Amino acid sequence: MSAPTAAQEQAGSAGPSGPAGPSESAGPQEPALPGVARATSPDGHDIVFPSRAGYHDAVAAHRAAGFEMLADLTAVDYLGHPGRALPDGVAAERFELVVALLSVSQPRRVRVRVQVPEDDAVVASLWDLYRGAEAMEREAFDMFGIWFTGHPDLTRILMPEDWEGHPLRKDFGVGRVPVQFKQAPGPR
Amino acid sequence: MTPHTGSSLSSETFEGSQELGDRGATSPAELGREAGSVLRLPEGTGVDVSDLDVEYPDDETMIINMGPQHPSTHGVLRLMMELDGETVLRTKPIIGYLHTGMEKTGEGLTYQQGATNVTRMDYLSPLNNELVFSLATEKLLGIEIPPRAVWIRMLLSELQRVSSHLMWLATNGMDVGSTTMMIFGFRERELVLAFFEKTTGLRMNHNFIRPGGTAADLPDGWEDDVETILDNVTARLAVYDELLTGQPIFRERMEGVGALSAEEALALSATGPILRSTGVAWDLRRAMPYLAYDEVVFDVIIGTYGDNFDRYAIRLNEIRESVRILRQVLDKMPAGDYRVQDKKVTPPPRARIDESMEALIHHFKIFTEGFKVPEGEVYVAVESPRGELGCYMVSDGSAKPHRLHIRAPSFVNLQSLPVMMHGGLVADAVATISSVDPVMGEVDR
Repeated sequence: MSAPTAAQEQAGSAGPSGPAGPSESAGPQEPALPGVARATSPDGHDIVFPSRAGYHDAVAAHRAAGFEMLADLTAVDYLGHPGRALPDGVAAERFELVVALLSVSQPRRVRVRVQVPEDDAVVASLWDLYRGAEAMEREAFDMFGIWFTGHPDLTRILMPEDWEGHPLRKDFGVGRVPVQFKQAPGPR
Repeated sequence: MTPHTGSSLSSETFEGSQELGDRGATSPAELGREAGSVLRLPEGTGVDVSDLDVEYPDDETMIINMGPQHPSTHGVLRLMMELDGETVLRTKPIIGYLHTGMEKTGEGLTYQQGATNVTRMDYLSPLNNELVFSLATEKLLGIEIPPRAVWIRMLLSELQRVSSHLMWLATNGMDVGSTTMMIFGFRERELVLAFFEKTTGLRMNHNFIRPGGTAADLPDGWEDDVETILDNVTARLAVYDELLTGQPIFRERMEGVGALSAEEALALSATGPILRSTGVAWDLRRAMPYLAYDEVVFDVIIGTYGDNFDRYAIRLNEIRESVRILRQVLDKMPAGDYRVQDKKVTPPPRARIDESMEALIHHFKIFTEGFKVPEGEVYVAVESPRGELGCYMVSDGSAKPHRLHIRAPSFVNLQSLPVMMHGGLVADAVATISSVDPVMGEVDR
């Protein structure tokens, strides 16, 4: 909670700028992102695979190209399912951040998938681009323990503040965790 | 909305604080307003505010807590509000009181069982949750469902929208003091729920829309039942119009309260009636048609000011559009199978089990192991009564999803609440919470 304050100031002054009105733009053109792998999913959505360093820039380029809305942001823990299909040049890591961008002006979706390593689970926050990222990134942090630099208030959102662990990680067991709300067993 | 000045009390109690600003003249600085309307304090009790590195406009603000047991917060929503007198400055919605780890639970259930899990998220429109789960599974499987199943799904989905919006009209009426509307709304919703009970066996949490189609065909005489519902609802919508739309007290409480601009709504990822109330004609049924929504005629209802009254008017008129769609569904309902005849996905009919060993084996395999779904990942979205309901699903080739994520519209829409409430009165906060239409089961999952 202490780290992102400086970035927050910076982001707060920048703000979402430029008209994002649905009517005037002619529709999004795919921004040219050199060196970023692409694919098309079976359901017809474009998928881009930027590197972790280029993730924020790639999303910013999409935003400038007319993707006005961040529809969804979530993460996947691929522990136990390492052999997934990825384009050449993208090395699989344990976590994957999945961002669904939506263009309202020309109905269209694009999915951004970023590989996040287990030992350094830190990515840039999208809060300065899309204010709607705040709750979704808090949820991803709460459930997967991925840290978002530049987020104004990265705290737990669904679990209690003093909860240990990140429940949607695959190594967080189901039903084997003692319930933390209960008191110690009585004298009976 | 006039910005908060903090001056004399009379200017706050005067109508001024409820005025609407100029549309389309929102400056970038104003767009950053949500940064100033979201309260970011720790949620724990006993926080000494003077210890925190938070700046206040003056020393006279106080932080009060609303919920999670407040009856008007629609479940277990808790709000921390920073007040200056009766004016709301910043707000922090605190959620998670209903969190039961349904996404984690979904990873432990087969695709066959999964619909029973997701249907409990948004308990006011459970059929939409089942629909998005089934559509995602079918997309991964690569199967096409029969036309009758598609239209049955549309019928149920639109009836669900009618019942959900009626429920909203009822609770919103309650929140702004019109208890008559509450009784009316629940009464008409009962008609729809009775039809659901006849069709699916349950009033809610139906588990009726399943991967591969629906659980059963529509009951005999369903056309007459639906016709009766539509006639009743249509006639009574006119009564609501008379009761609420023209009523001065209701309008005073709704007009100009909780205003949001289109830019803010888009930036905050708000969807559904909240986004449409700001004038953005965005409806997934129209923009990215699923099921057979491209074969029916309907209008997308939009507002102008983005205030509570627009959101009321949109929901009221969306019931009318749903009735219009339902009448076309009555005309166009095709004959045929109600589920796909793929023995690997849907269980065989009960009668076949008695005579066919193979059918018995398929039945046994589906209900013990479930069916396997090819590897892949998919994002499917439908328009639920609250907005974009999405399902992101990752399959690792087994019978259970590796990751099941539901993009809950209420969860995302709650973010616009601080912006709507900024500069308004505490008394209006209740009406504004109501106009977001949060369903906490879906918010917390």
